[in-house]
Amino acid sequence: MQVKVNGKSEDIQSGSVLDLLTLKKIDPQMVAVEVNDKMIDREHLATTTLKEGDLVEFLFYMGGGR
Amino acid sequence: MEFTEEQINRYSRHILLPEVGGKGQKKIAKAKILLVGAGGLGSPAALYLAAAGVGTIGLIDSDVVDLTNLQRQILHHTSDIGRPKVVSGKEKIAALNPDVIVKTYEERLTAGNALKIFSEYDIIIDGVDNFTAKFLINDACFFADKPLIHGGILRFDGRVTTIVPKKSACYRCVFKTPPPAGLVASCQEAGVIGVLAGIIGTIQATEALKLILGIGRPLTDRLLDFDAKKTLFREIKVKRNPHCALCGDHPTITELFDDGDPFAGCAVRP
Repeated sequence: MQVKVNGKSEDIQSGSVLDLLTLKKIDPQMVAVEVNDKMIDREHLATTTLKEGDLVEFLFYMGGGR
Repeated sequence: MEFTEEQINRYSRHILLPEVGGKGQKKIAKAKILLVGAGGLGSPAALYLAAAGVGTIGLIDSDVVDLTNLQRQILHHTSDIGRPKVVSGKEKIAALNPDVIVKTYEERLTAGNALKIFSEYDIIIDGVDNFTAKFLINDACFFADKPLIHGGILRFDGRVTTIVPKKSACYRCVFKTPPPAGLVASCQEAGVIGVLAGIIGTIQATEALKLILGIGRPLTDRLLDFDAKKTLFREIKVKRNPHCALCGDHPTITELFDDGDPFAGCAVRP
């Protein structure tokens, strides 16, 4: 199914947000996740199932500044 | 207060703008802006805000200028190596615009001093390089009820957002806690393309001026992410989080504290 990840269309297997993070080898502790403009608590990543057309944002920490 | 003829000339390109005018320029002259960090983001912000005629600029930084800073921290010159950043910064601001009052704090921002310092300013600009400080600034702005212009840069990526406490999403609404220290690369290891500091720091200064003037649409409830490699800006909508530990419906953070390891780095993209 098609979802948008950080603005880019991707064809993925159905599954949870955590499955997608695992597939992309992203440590859930290193991102904040938004699905369709709604923040997903880290403890709900495994139980949040992605649907066709979902807009997923993986927001990485950006700490620099000096 | 009245402007002198020289000041009217100096700020003429502002005064010409209907959105600014003499009235707006006076608002700028009365404004007090604190820059937390006189480094990469703080440099362009300090210079443009000084040029704009911001009445009072506060600089807080405990560091001295290092050779490795000069690739991006344009407030400091080669001859400043080894000198406190706040001293070097104050000199550059004074040379650019003697109208500006510069207050310096040669110390680290801590849970102990943040609220007292923040209380003297209208707007706070985040130009720090570690998560403990970024969360501390976010929390202190909430408790002191001060608008915050948040910025972050790393490698070829930058991010900026405006936070109006209790009205728009705060940093903790999105990022609840700092990332685990062990997973974070230090800024020294990660690197950053120097011009990124100019792009993001200048947007921060723009946001601050908009808030002072009360014009346009602030960058609230939106993260503006910049990808320098693709020259691409992306806007990510965010919302206040009712479960936010700081500004949510049932807050668990009720006073300032240092969250995480202050020496953990600037982190990131896997």
